[in-house]
Amino acid sequence: MSDVTRTGIQQASPAGEAVGAGRPGPRAFRRQASRHGGETPVVGEAEFRSYYGLPIINKPVWRAGNIAGYLFLGGLAGASSVVAAGAQATGRPALARAAKVGSTAAIGLSGAALVHDLGRPARALNMLRVLKPTSPMSLGSWLLAGFSSCSVAASTSAVTGRWPKLGKAGTIGAATLGSGVATYTAALISNTAVPVWHEGYRDMPFTFAASAASAAAGWGMLSAPIQETSSMRRLGIAAGLAELGASEVMKRRMGIAAEAYRESPQARRYEQAARVATGVGIAIAATAGRRSRTASVAAGAALLTGSAMMRFAIFEAGMASAENPRYTVVPQRRRLAQRAQSEG
Amino acid sequence: MGDERLGGLLGGSDPSRSSGYENPSSRMGFFTDTSVCIGCKACEVACKEWNHVPEDGLVFSGMSYDNTRGLGADTWRHVAFIEQKVARPPSADGNRSGVRWLMSSDVCKHCTHAACLDVCPTGALFRTEFGTVVVQEDICNGCGYCIPACPYGVIDQRKGDGRAWKCTLCYDRLGEGQKPACAQACPTESIQFGPLEELRNRAGARVAQLHDAGVAEARLYGEDPSDGVGGDGAFFLLLDEPEVYGLPPDPVVTTRDLPRMYRRAAAAAGVLLAAVAGAVVWGR
Repeated sequence: MSDVTRTGIQQASPAGEAVGAGRPGPRAFRRQASRHGGETPVVGEAEFRSYYGLPIINKPVWRAGNIAGYLFLGGLAGASSVVAAGAQATGRPALARAAKVGSTAAIGLSGAALVHDLGRPARALNMLRVLKPTSPMSLGSWLLAGFSSCSVAASTSAVTGRWPKLGKAGTIGAATLGSGVATYTAALISNTAVPVWHEGYRDMPFTFAASAASAAAGWGMLSAPIQETSSMRRLGIAAGLAELGASEVMKRRMGIAAEAYRESPQARRYEQAARVATGVGIAIAATAGRRSRTASVAAGAALLTGSAMMRFAIFEAGMASAENPRYTVVPQRRRLAQRAQSEG
Repeated sequence: MGDERLGGLLGGSDPSRSSGYENPSSRMGFFTDTSVCIGCKACEVACKEWNHVPEDGLVFSGMSYDNTRGLGADTWRHVAFIEQKVARPPSADGNRSGVRWLMSSDVCKHCTHAACLDVCPTGALFRTEFGTVVVQEDICNGCGYCIPACPYGVIDQRKGDGRAWKCTLCYDRLGEGQKPACAQACPTESIQFGPLEELRNRAGARVAQLHDAGVAEARLYGEDPSDGVGGDGAFFLLLDEPEVYGLPPDPVVTTRDLPRMYRRAAAAAGVLLAAVAGAVVWGR
């Protein structure tokens, strides 16, 4: 006796019924191997049924370089604008100028990445055709439009030394909107059926805020003289720790979807890289970063790298969770079972 | 219960009225009764022909008679084939095992609370006067947000075109008082088209009939207005668990959690402002 499945003809085994047992014949289709051809089954794999192991949802068509890249750059831009306003208000002109220029550069690259990712880049302006509260991407498009105008005004004034009033207004506007730019992307990716992103929605904004602050602090250390960056070292250490901590909390609270981090070789590598880079950045910032400009630059670069790697890890883990029906079916089955239990 | 539970940014239980139509037509949909599907794929062919849906790869999947594999930009009807071993009354040689074939024609669910429509940033996706969900191909800029938003894996981006495509429930035919092409072509009336209320009544009667005939595993999928998507405009009679057909057992529109996501994002933005302010002020 044999069954025909996607992985070939298989020997029949005694009926291994999935959740919701009780019927006689039908056997559960069990995933035989991981998508990437590995023969190691995921640890603690709950039995579930599926259609030839195919995914339930269609995975995003977003490209990692563009979209994970934007999650990082948008965070850097938003948080840098907050840093710029803070530096300006507390008399750190070099840091303020560097943060403003960094913010404008990062948001410019963000815009390019976002347009490049569209299936029809020539229709990019259709993003401003409507304003829809049900779409974080729609709200985000308007937010980006306002933020980038403010950021450009702030940096242009800072670099040229002209139009000080416009520059001040831009600095305040960019700082206000920038905190939203750094965190709305969490709502954007969470507002999907992708298990890792949706189930992480409670902690994703805090992970993103910390990651953005860490990147902005890193940029400050990298680009401004050490006399003005004591605050960036403090911010970098706190935000770097918060970034690593918040992402761990997020994984713990997302249920079985967290296993997708282990299942995806890319997510695993990026996460490791994020831990190492952010850890190194924190260590240097806490020690030699105070005295040496070279060390400060190294710490800043490490924090920036760590923030970017964290975004790529979250992106790739989400992709892996979308590709495996297990992360869609098992939590929904558990939900149904719990509901049935509480109702009857 | 439905609307109260879903709350927040979601519309009411009548999607056309919630979208602003003052006198919409009655909500139209599909009832796909898989117990009479014979797997002929006439629906797949009729859909492709009528809607000019391009070819999407001639591959051998090894999945029974299904080389289509699933819904996507270039597959708006998909017939699933499932082969299951079942116990049978013993035959002359004492063999008790047999095979049953499940066949089911899958399609866009035209949800009451449609995530694809909610997240679309350009307004390309819209609700029709029939309560269905359609993409305007002259507006879509291929941002791709609708694709991971759909809890069923229906809509996708067309390669080489860049825009998102899915079933329109033959919007053009409905406007002329015609049935969608798939329902027109279905030789066994497995695909039934009509006003949703009428289809729900018909489906209830069909399940009762099957239960009376001893088919205890017959169940409806997507007909319940209190489910996580407010009920489907295209629902099904299945003979096994939904996931066996590649359908999610308990789909929820992601928009249900969006108010909480916005609140968390706003709180995180506040923390970011406070943290930076603290860092620059402390030690001055």
